[in-house]
Amino acid sequence: MALLEIQNLHASVDGHEILKGVNLTVNAGEVHSIMGPNGSGKSTLAQVLARREAYQVTGGSVRYDGKDLLEMSPEEAACEGVFMAFQYPVEVPGISNAYFLRSAMNAVRKFHGQDELDAMDFLPLYKEKMQLLEMDEKFMNRSVNEGFSGGEKKRNEILQLAMLEPKLAILDETDSGLDIDALRIVAQGVNAMRSKDRAFLVITHYQRLLNYIKPDFVHVLVDGQIARSGGPELALELEERGYGWAETDEQVQPA
Amino acid sequence: MKRMRKTQVRLRKQRQAVKVSGAERLANYLEVYTQLRARRRDREPVWMQQLREDAWERFSAKGFPTTHDEDWRFTNIASLERIPFRRAEKIDAAVLVKELEAVCLDEAACRLVFVNGHFAPELSDVGTLPEGLEWCALNRAVDCGLEACAPGGIEQHLGRYADLRRDVFAALNTALWEDGAYLRIRRSAAIKQPVHVVYVSAGAGEPIMTHPRTLVVAEEQSQAAVVEDYVSIGEEAGFSNAVTELVAGEGATVSHFLVERENLAAFNVSTLRIEQARAANVASHSILTGGGLVRNNVHPVLSGEGAECLINGLFIGAGHQHLDNYMLVEHARPQGSSRQFYNGILSGHARGVFHGRIIVHKDAQKTDAKQTNRNLLLSDAARIDTKPQLEIHADDVKCTHGATIGQIEEEQLFYLRSRGFPEGEARKLLLYAFAAECLDRMKEPAARGFAEKLIQQRLGELALTKDSTQNDAQPEEETQNWEEVG
Repeated sequence: MALLEIQNLHASVDGHEILKGVNLTVNAGEVHSIMGPNGSGKSTLAQVLARREAYQVTGGSVRYDGKDLLEMSPEEAACEGVFMAFQYPVEVPGISNAYFLRSAMNAVRKFHGQDELDAMDFLPLYKEKMQLLEMDEKFMNRSVNEGFSGGEKKRNEILQLAMLEPKLAILDETDSGLDIDALRIVAQGVNAMRSKDRAFLVITHYQRLLNYIKPDFVHVLVDGQIARSGGPELALELEERGYGWAETDEQVQPA
Repeated sequence: MKRMRKTQVRLRKQRQAVKVSGAERLANYLEVYTQLRARRRDREPVWMQQLREDAWERFSAKGFPTTHDEDWRFTNIASLERIPFRRAEKIDAAVLVKELEAVCLDEAACRLVFVNGHFAPELSDVGTLPEGLEWCALNRAVDCGLEACAPGGIEQHLGRYADLRRDVFAALNTALWEDGAYLRIRRSAAIKQPVHVVYVSAGAGEPIMTHPRTLVVAEEQSQAAVVEDYVSIGEEAGFSNAVTELVAGEGATVSHFLVERENLAAFNVSTLRIEQARAANVASHSILTGGGLVRNNVHPVLSGEGAECLINGLFIGAGHQHLDNYMLVEHARPQGSSRQFYNGILSGHARGVFHGRIIVHKDAQKTDAKQTNRNLLLSDAARIDTKPQLEIHADDVKCTHGATIGQIEEEQLFYLRSRGFPEGEARKLLLYAFAAECLDRMKEPAARGFAEKLIQQRLGELALTKDSTQNDAQPEEETQNWEEVG
């Protein structure tokens, strides 16, 4: 059974239809990349999967791990193992990273009827993962994302991913605004998390990130539909020929 | 048409009714005053009697303020006037031991408890005081009249700072106070743990009023923290009209905490008047979580050069609570600095007021004054009036201010939920983060921990009762410009 099965998904924001029938199947252990021009609906797809209420589903279905994802609240989806790394990570002044993350982990554990982690269990793990993402330990006590550079914010997202160990990780343009160094570190964090039980949905505008995170499948989203699907070579071809090519192609052979 | 006429008739009747009870009400206050004077005439020194008399004259001539009064523009106290509050008799406070345990501040240097205006030794804890800390029930301190009580005698301080001309509530308190805490911190003494002063209103079967009076004299280079805590036991309406005079000697470091957590029927008007000598450093922290109608006056006067003042506050209102904060910071001498930070969280139909007034006198060159008021409105019906006011008579000063009004940001809420926090928990955490700005300015660990517990508890109640008038609009920020006077 597929981990994620999206069928004919339609979604709109403020009454504008953005997703116009998306079909996608993702199995555990796979890395799928969703590429596409600006405004094609990539981020909308991510937000719908993370269950943001402002994005209204107007048709279709999403099965996740045998359940109806569209019935879930954001916190239920999170507790069931859906994680979205934000394109624009949110600053939460007044709450430290360590407190935030431990509380989040405990919310998930509580959902599954597990005992809460205390600081002694949490800290060594946190420090280990911080090392993986080359983050200084002083970040622990700083407010969530407050005053972080763009790269630090994205690394912090992947750090959360590494700690929360989701089944489905969605990276929403995680590469945007990253320099090469930060890109390498972020990719290193993601690659360390690849496993046969976990699937990734890597949403990106550029092929660049895919040099570091090798996808199994690449899909091109154009005007709210998947216009093309293929292997990693599709990303290279896109980079070379531009999205215009994918769009015209779509008219020749509809998805 | 017919219905309208009926309404008008009813309105007229009501107005008459108010008028009649108005006369009775004044009579009530007069009665309490007359009895008190007769009772204390033989014991009280002449200066105190004179002080009471002047204060009473001031109150009876001016009466309670209305919303036409600029200082009371946003707070209508008609409902306070309508209730014929009585003086409370002394009750057997021993029955309250259990209730009191629940409100204690752990690790306090000592605890002074007053029930319905009377000192309750059976609830207090003054076992062994740290060296340099002295206390006395204020009426005893006044009556005995020993010079040793305070530097220069207690009459040098009591009633000398509170502004009886401008503030009728302070005048009423001065006329009617019966007891309260008097604290003295000796020169250079450093009192590590906070002093906890608890003013309890306990149900007396009828609406009662108390006029707690507190005097804190912190001598040169001393260091102390005082937590003044208003608590009610039972659900009856009470009226607490408190005045605290805090004198910080040269180089003294004093923190004052006001905790208002009375029941939602309570009226609480409190005035904290701070007098700061040269290089004195005073922090005023207000935590308002309870009370139906609350007026919190904080009035520091930086009368010595280089004095520093921090005014920090958090008010949390729900239901129909009305929480009015009136700050008046007076810079009288050069090189002074003042910082005002007030955060408000309002839900339901709660209403908040922040009135921040700064006066920089002619001599107060190089004054550095800053004021920030941030508010979270959690419902459409909640309301905040924020009014900065600046009055500068010196030419070399630095004053800044800012006020913001917003809601819980949907972005932040979603971020937390997407990490697994249930919605209620996420709201609570975000509210807590907003409140924590105020906690972070409290330097005494014991008092801070105490405040944190109270705030957590109140925010838990607020976040978990889903507001029917929830506001889902995007956050917006507003700022207001200084209103320049003089």
